[in-house]
Amino acid sequence: MKNKLLLGDEALAQGVLDAGISGCYAYPGTPSTEIMEYIQNSKLAIERNVHRSWSTNEKTAMEAALGMSYAGKRAMVSMKHVGLNVASDAFMNSAITGVNGGLVVIVADDPSMHSSQNEQDSRFYGKFALIPIFEPSNQQEAYDMAYEAFDLSEKYQVPVMIRITTRLAHSRSGVYTKAVREMNQTKLPGDMRQFILLPSIARKRYKGLLSNQERFIFESEQSPYNKITEGSNKDLGIIACGLANNYLNESMKGTSQEYPILKISQYPVPVNMIRKFAASCKELLVLEEGYPIVEESLTGLLNMDYKVSGRLEGSLPLDGELNSDHVSRALGIELPASKEIPSLVANRPPTLCPGCGHTDVFLALNEALVTYGKGRVFSDIGCYTLGALDPLNAIDTCVDMGASVTMAVGAADAGLIPAVAMIGDSTFTHSGMTGLLDAVVKKSPITLIISDNATTAMTGGQNSAGTGSLEKICLGLGVDREHLIMMIPLRKNHDENVDIMKKELEYNGVSVIIAQRECVQTAARDKRIAAALKLKKVANT
Amino acid sequence: MKSDILLAGVGGQGILSIAAVIGYAALNRNLNLKQAEVHGMSQRGGAVQSNLRISDEEISSDLIQSGMADLILSVEPMESLRYLPMLSENGWLVTNSKPYINIPDYPDIDSVYDEIKKLPNHIIIDADGIASEIKSRKSSNIVVLGAAIPFLPFEWEDYEFGINKLFGRKGEEIVQSNLEALKAGMEFCKTIKE
Repeated sequence: MKNKLLLGDEALAQGVLDAGISGCYAYPGTPSTEIMEYIQNSKLAIERNVHRSWSTNEKTAMEAALGMSYAGKRAMVSMKHVGLNVASDAFMNSAITGVNGGLVVIVADDPSMHSSQNEQDSRFYGKFALIPIFEPSNQQEAYDMAYEAFDLSEKYQVPVMIRITTRLAHSRSGVYTKAVREMNQTKLPGDMRQFILLPSIARKRYKGLLSNQERFIFESEQSPYNKITEGSNKDLGIIACGLANNYLNESMKGTSQEYPILKISQYPVPVNMIRKFAASCKELLVLEEGYPIVEESLTGLLNMDYKVSGRLEGSLPLDGELNSDHVSRALGIELPASKEIPSLVANRPPTLCPGCGHTDVFLALNEALVTYGKGRVFSDIGCYTLGALDPLNAIDTCVDMGASVTMAVGAADAGLIPAVAMIGDSTFTHSGMTGLLDAVVKKSPITLIISDNATTAMTGGQNSAGTGSLEKICLGLGVDREHLIMMIPLRKNHDENVDIMKKELEYNGVSVIIAQRECVQTAARDKRIAAALKLKKVANT
Repeated sequence: MKSDILLAGVGGQGILSIAAVIGYAALNRNLNLKQAEVHGMSQRGGAVQSNLRISDEEISSDLIQSGMADLILSVEPMESLRYLPMLSENGWLVTNSKPYINIPDYPDIDSVYDEIKKLPNHIIIDADGIASEIKSRKSSNIVVLGAAIPFLPFEWEDYEFGINKLFGRKGEEIVQSNLEALKAGMEFCKTIKE
């Protein structure tokens, strides 16, 4: 037992490491990135040679983890909530194939969209796939659940999901760790047909998954993470899921009310426990971080006489992150007086860093497009999405990873010519390459700009899969050599770059411009690391 | 004992370093700690904050409730005001005086100071000035932390432990200059409180 100060993400990472995993697979995405980063820097992972390099996207990560599980070893795959959309084909089917070595899928949701395009609740995906879900309420539970999830996964030969949200992912607290376990040996599945999802086999597997549902519910009923705390005031029973428990405790501090509380941190929901709990109270309030998934399952379509309140009913806001202010209001607890934000305080949105290469790309692009007018730049997800803000106002869309390329193709099909796609290097290899192949096959009149800073910058400068080979990738996909142009986005090259862009915009076919300049953040970081190494060398001599 | 601290600043100004020093100090004191940070998009020159909660009892929420913060510690004056709804009635606001202007509509700085001065408990410190006086310009964030020492539940040795933990691998020189910055902030606070 060792007390460590860990982020929720790091607690999960330490948990899976101590549980004896052999491989971690992930693509960076806030708020999940630190899980893999912690593993990459972990002494234990290095000693044990745990697989720990980044995957090209969440789907390849999910599939590689499933492959490791097939071979009998314990594997983890981690991603942000929207990453699960990308991985969902493999994810859904992994519930049908089942697993051999334990397989844990960690998904970090981002309610309030601190760094995301939506706030979808991954518990729906877990329910959709019919697999057990853990939802830790604090850093210690995050560790414990990550440690134990593999046992559940191997017991029922099913993938297990751990769902956390931003607040826990990025909050630090003390965590007690457990004994490090042995890693699994390589071992083929007992049923060698299990992973062949031909309809005849898939039907059988699906029936098996369905018949396991009762056992999963039984596990939830027995789980130490689901528990009822008795309370004297039975006018109201409170069901608090995962993190909501903390906010509830915070709100109840210093009040004299003692409501019965049912904490839920393992799914499928413990049905009998809920029945018993509901029968002992007059009405229910459901507190959950994310969509009202538990509340909705309780009220159903008919919404019988029994009163259930929560985010769906309206006692708490339906969108955004939960907090104890919301919980207090729902419980009628008075909040302390608080001051207003003075009106002079101005918004301070994030911006591209001073000296960023993306800025120079946008400045050139804005000028090159003057004659064509606004509304034709399809962009993507990364730092360069900030090009949407003042003073650049340089992009018109940001939807999902890779959508810049294919939306430009569709818009060109509709007659918006030329259409421009603006994407970063990491997003291009994540999900842009297949779209480019579409464009090449159809000879779409689009100009694709890959703003290549040789890193996955927005999430903190992780490796980018295409670094050094973007040109070859584009040529391999069939882009015409004459319309594959390299440029260096620097202020001094501005006029030249504008001319290149103008020329390619005029071309009635696929053009690709690769604008190459290293991210200023990673450049500074590498310089710091080099200086520290030098210092170490000096100290050693 | 509990101390709820709201750290404020602009992405890149080093509030996570302040948070780390306080975190280690709490660890050294055997106190419970929860520290919610901001990672991701807002780190790029946007407004950032961190909720730091320290207590000798178990801490539930990772976030401070409205009107419950004991201290707002800010490395930028306008940012210190953004979180006023968090501050408790008798809470303290400690802020650097130097504005970080990366937006076109930054308000008149004197009106910012006037707003801060409306609070009964506030300290405005020229941390950048003090940091360059002691020839440690990069340590202005630690100077601000020093000015908040009277409102934090730690002893000097706890800060030493924290600074060593955080900056130790950068060499003894960096450790010393940060300790000096911390002391300079603390001295400044003493002079104006007396």
